[in-house]
Amino acid sequence: MTNKPITPSRATLLSRRRLLSVAGGAAAAAVVGGRVTPAGAALKLDITQGTPQPIPIAIPDFVSGGGSEEGGPGREVNQVITNNLRRSGLFQPLDQASFIERIQTIDANPRFQDWRVINAQALVTGRIGRGQDGRYKVEYRLWDVFSGSYLNGQQFFGQPDNMRRVAHIISDQIYERITGEKGYFDSRVVFVDETGPKERRIKRLAIMDQDGANVRYLTSGDDLVLTPRFNPTSQEVTYMSYGRGEPRVLLLNVETRQREIVGDFPGMSFSPRFSPEGQRVVMSLQQGGNANIFVMDLRSRRTTRLTDTPAIDTAPSYSPDGRSIAFESDRGGGQQIYVMSADGSGQRRLSFGQGSYSTPVWSPRGDIIAFTKRGAGSFSIGVMRMDGSGERILTEGYHNEGPTWAPNGRVLMFFRDPGGNAGPQLFTVDLTGYNEQRVPTPSYASDPAWSPLLS
Amino acid sequence: MTDFKRFLRGLRFAAFIGSALMVAACASNPNDPNNPGGSAATPGSAQDFVVNVGDRVFFESDSTELTPQARSTLDKQAQWLSQYNRYAFTVEGHADERGTREYNIALGARRAQVTRDYLIARGVDGSRMRTISYGKERPVAVCNDISCWSQNRRAVTVLNAGST
Repeated sequence: MTNKPITPSRATLLSRRRLLSVAGGAAAAAVVGGRVTPAGAALKLDITQGTPQPIPIAIPDFVSGGGSEEGGPGREVNQVITNNLRRSGLFQPLDQASFIERIQTIDANPRFQDWRVINAQALVTGRIGRGQDGRYKVEYRLWDVFSGSYLNGQQFFGQPDNMRRVAHIISDQIYERITGEKGYFDSRVVFVDETGPKERRIKRLAIMDQDGANVRYLTSGDDLVLTPRFNPTSQEVTYMSYGRGEPRVLLLNVETRQREIVGDFPGMSFSPRFSPEGQRVVMSLQQGGNANIFVMDLRSRRTTRLTDTPAIDTAPSYSPDGRSIAFESDRGGGQQIYVMSADGSGQRRLSFGQGSYSTPVWSPRGDIIAFTKRGAGSFSIGVMRMDGSGERILTEGYHNEGPTWAPNGRVLMFFRDPGGNAGPQLFTVDLTGYNEQRVPTPSYASDPAWSPLLS
Repeated sequence: MTDFKRFLRGLRFAAFIGSALMVAACASNPNDPNNPGGSAATPGSAQDFVVNVGDRVFFESDSTELTPQARSTLDKQAQWLSQYNRYAFTVEGHADERGTREYNIALGARRAQVTRDYLIARGVDGSRMRTISYGKERPVAVCNDISCWSQNRRAVTVLNAGST
């Protein structure tokens, strides 16, 4: 997999917008061959119970639809889809060398028997061609091998530099058709890129596709930046930055790079996070020795105090319905997770286990929260239900911190620091605690924040 | 400009000596006034402050309480700062790496605040100082055990370069 950084340009933005509009229209017009069996198949992976066995899936190279050079984007699209599905842990892409049928066209039924023999349960065929206007046309078909039926398919038009994006959208459609849950591949991650010795770490905001491709840097590294968080409804990020005066919470549009300070408070402001509808930022304000939680309405610029204790109240995170906020506080001694109504009322403690609990992050599904737990000599990432029960530790070690949810609430990303002079790296883990994967980054990386789905 | 640069260089050098001495003298008494390394510093200079007074105090894990040793260092800082009242300064609060990022930012802020409060109680004018927290972002010692963490849990009084 190549991690070619792409310099953002006006052209990229334009074509991305164009891709989306065309792809949306193409859904209705998707051309499906005449000799395919209608959907209604049995192939379904139940991922709601236990640890599922990954589904063996065959993804032959996309055939050429004309005008496309050999080894062109067809290979890349295939690799991106294969990599996405494999990394999800729910699919097992089969070795192409085992394939018996050589797919020549996507307009006819594949020879299902050839795919049954190699134990493929699902098959993806595709075609990629280049039109006279320079755009690519990408089509795919998803097949249920055992019942011999067509499951779904679509066609997309896009500029050459949108091919990865198309591959992510196709991956999401395959994932959703087979698991019954929305995918998360067409999404991005903003994180803190770390370089230099630990005593003088240079930290820059960076953004990449969820698979680690297309890394772009959003800040220069002159100012120390921490804890970026995505707006759930737009391509906007809020984060903490050390400039000349007090450290501040800022907003940054990742496309235009436009920056804006969130409120001019007398003390430091930190630990920001957006409300689900993206119109408010909840954060900690430092007042003397105390950190309290405030919320600012971004339209009216009105700030409301939510907590008022002589304690450290920080790391607030909204529930997806916007009605509640989880946060951490040491008001009872050690750090524990608390929850309150969005207006600050009804504050109650949620975590009662051994050790200290911090950085609660509400799942986009709303039923559980992820957290960082400090035990004797270790830092783990775990989840618990909203009544504090059902605690499960997903990963444990010297230092794991800062969970962020994939848009579908199925996967968590976090950072792991081995300590010493080395630095942190990003990992994903399935909600079951299995399938831990490192996310490739150009250098050390921390504080990941997953974007909403792009489309 | 040249003077300013030279001052910065001196300050950095002084800080280096200061922390080196502190590490070396950790087992005995880091605030030993008869420390031979300090004799060269010009009285009233930034180097004098770092080497002969001690620019930092240390905290226990997760604690923001000043230890008897920290109070004794801050007593000397207050005395020195009152004598050389031309200096403005910043109290930096820091945490070790064994905490989460947000909590450590707040913890560092609280350490800076108790240090500030103590200096004010000892007669230093609050308008001369500002506080800032770096959380766990700027460790001075890097390893995976308490020998480093205990040096990183600190509040450092940094004389502002422009105020000489």
